[in-house]
Amino acid sequence: MSRLQATFENLAKDGRTALIAYVTAGDPHPDLTVQILHTLVEAGCDVIELGIPFSDPMADGPVIQSACERALAHGTSLKQVLNMVEEFREQDTQTPIVLMGYQNPIEVMGMKKFAKQAQQKQVDGILTVDMPIEQAEEAVNEYKKHELDNIFLIAPTTSSERIKHICDHSSGFVYYVSLKGVTGAGNLDTVEVAKNIEEIKKSTTLPVGVGFGIKDPESASKVAAIADAVVVGSAIINEIEAHASDNDKMLGNIKALMSSIRLAMDNSSTNQQQNKEVA
Amino acid sequence: MTRIANNIDPTTADSRNSDVMPNAHGMFGEYGGRYVAETLIEPLAELEQAYSHYKDDPEFIAEFDTDLAHYVGRPSPLYHAQRLSQKYAGAQIYLKREDLNHTGAHKINNTIGQALLAKRMGKPRIIAETGAGQHGVASATVAARLGLECVVYMGEQDIHRQAPNVYRMKLLGAKVVPVTSGSKTLKDALNEALRDWVTNVDNTFYIIGTVAGPHPYPLLVRDFQSIIGREAREQMQQQTGSLPDALVACVGGGSNAIGLFHPFINDESVNMFGVEAGGYGLETGKHSAPLNSGRPGVLHGNRTYLMEDDNGQIIETHSISAGLDYPGVGPEHAWLKDIGRVQYDSVTDDEALAAFHELTRVEGIIPALESSHAIAYATKLASTMSSDKKILVNLSGRGDKDINTVAEIEGITI
Ligand SMILES: Cc1ncc(COP(=O)(O)O)c(C=O)c1O
Repeated sequence: MSRLQATFENLAKDGRTALIAYVTAGDPHPDLTVQILHTLVEAGCDVIELGIPFSDPMADGPVIQSACERALAHGTSLKQVLNMVEEFREQDTQTPIVLMGYQNPIEVMGMKKFAKQAQQKQVDGILTVDMPIEQAEEAVNEYKKHELDNIFLIAPTTSSERIKHICDHSSGFVYYVSLKGVTGAGNLDTVEVAKNIEEIKKSTTLPVGVGFGIKDPESASKVAAIADAVVVGSAIINEIEAHASDNDKMLGNIKALMSSIRLAMDNSSTNQQQNKEVA
Repeated sequence: MTRIANNIDPTTADSRNSDVMPNAHGMFGEYGGRYVAETLIEPLAELEQAYSHYKDDPEFIAEFDTDLAHYVGRPSPLYHAQRLSQKYAGAQIYLKREDLNHTGAHKINNTIGQALLAKRMGKPRIIAETGAGQHGVASATVAARLGLECVVYMGEQDIHRQAPNVYRMKLLGAKVVPVTSGSKTLKDALNEALRDWVTNVDNTFYIIGTVAGPHPYPLLVRDFQSIIGREAREQMQQQTGSLPDALVACVGGGSNAIGLFHPFINDESVNMFGVEAGGYGLETGKHSAPLNSGRPGVLHGNRTYLMEDDNGQIIETHSISAGLDYPGVGPEHAWLKDIGRVQYDSVTDDEALAAFHELTRVEGIIPALESSHAIAYATKLASTMSSDKKILVNLSGRGDKDINTVAEIEGITI
């Protein structure tokens, strides 16, 4: 069983929603990434999405763009990102790591070589933002062959037919983009999100994670009530950016932020659970 | 009435035949495609559907033709540059005068076409990216004429070097948004426009200015720009009795080049040359010539030749001309290079600057710095050919926008 599947099954048993944290590898400095990842896990994060920095992150808002620029200023390469996962695994063999990024750095390394190395270094899944399902046949097969989960995005604009097609090729979980926009945007409409999750659930038994626009305990707990996983990214990176020169403060604030989100989510899903039991 | 696209039955045509490219997935061989975030897939499919309907719609075609004739001023002249030809004592040089179009460049052919699509698709807001500002001006122009809201993204560095065009866009009622991320040039403006589109996709039409981006943009921009080559082919035959021996055009994203080349693709006697920006010289690495020294990768929604480092990061490009300062190139050019139909070469900043002055002084035509690259290459090529041969050069735009840049380089304050 894959780490992602195991994690989601364990959480489901307890009636809890997964907390997924996104950070860009190499931000603010490559030497700090592994420490940040451990901090996220200590704060109660269940899954890590580790961003592969790219010079032209066209689906990302200003916060993650700056994170990419900081990481690239220190020359963070895909090879280094894979080594960070390896180093993380020396202490943590449980927490799933999904690499998230854009296709070009992967192509330059070579898809086959990348898949093989990702497996060796114990990466769990791949999400390539600019690789929609139509372009992904080769990647899906290659990643599958190396026991990597294929994570795809589903957007508010995705048709029901496409949702089915995407789900058929996904594993681990599917990632619902909560709004039309880039990462870090605001204006989350939970009613709309709930409706779309219901639509996705018709096509798959995979867990559905929701990301984009979740930045605090309040928005996280609202989404936790309707989704299997909540993804938080830009809010963490804001802390990294604000305290890039003060490691203790940076790690402390990340831990405080994610712990408070974890707590709010658990309260909300406990309420849900109780409501369900009462009903 | 002219057809917008050349419709040839794909089942009987030769697979090297450009008329059947791209395929249903927007691929030109292994290039092109639709590498975008999921949110944009459906809007791109809608655009593709709308275009495939309207390109054969008599009313749409008639409106496009009328606008090109009475608003843009087409057909643009074909001009025999006799003094320039004599100077090089070689092939005869003919200029396709896209500089005489309304707004001063070939860009307007495409913005007219896309704006007509926007209108029919019921989108009240258009956005565009721009490098030299010519596409931004052409977008702001059609927006003013159709009463559409217009936002143009432009790299901060380009805003500085193309100041007259920034002011023109503002006069036309467009909002010009400076882009400060990355290298602050055209590629970053494209990223920012894509981010705007993904956010405002319900009411917004994104007018891409060149034959790059995700499918169907490389196709529809090519079709709208092919008017250049169709006219030139006819004019050449009328004026000289035969086809040219060679075509020359500058290549940034590649829209003026593909517009000229496409209608000649099946004319085997016609050699084609695409000229990239050699900047300080290919050997310095400071240039914008991905077809000459890059390699295939994925950027801005398509697979094509790119300028990148060993880790797959896009590198900063350099060119004296903002309109050529782009690390990618349209996917159809990548394919035409690989199959050997077009030869891609480069010209340095200094050579382009010399050609800028030469055409101005010898023919009384001030060319855009982008087009000056094509002129420089054509004069070199002409001197290797006999005087009964003919070279057709796309003079893609006029140089008024560049006089500040040129003056600055020469230490003159105007
Ligand atoms: C006059 C002129 N020529 C050429 C170009 C380059 O674009 P393309 O290669 O798409 O024709 C530009 C772009 O701004 C331009 O303004």
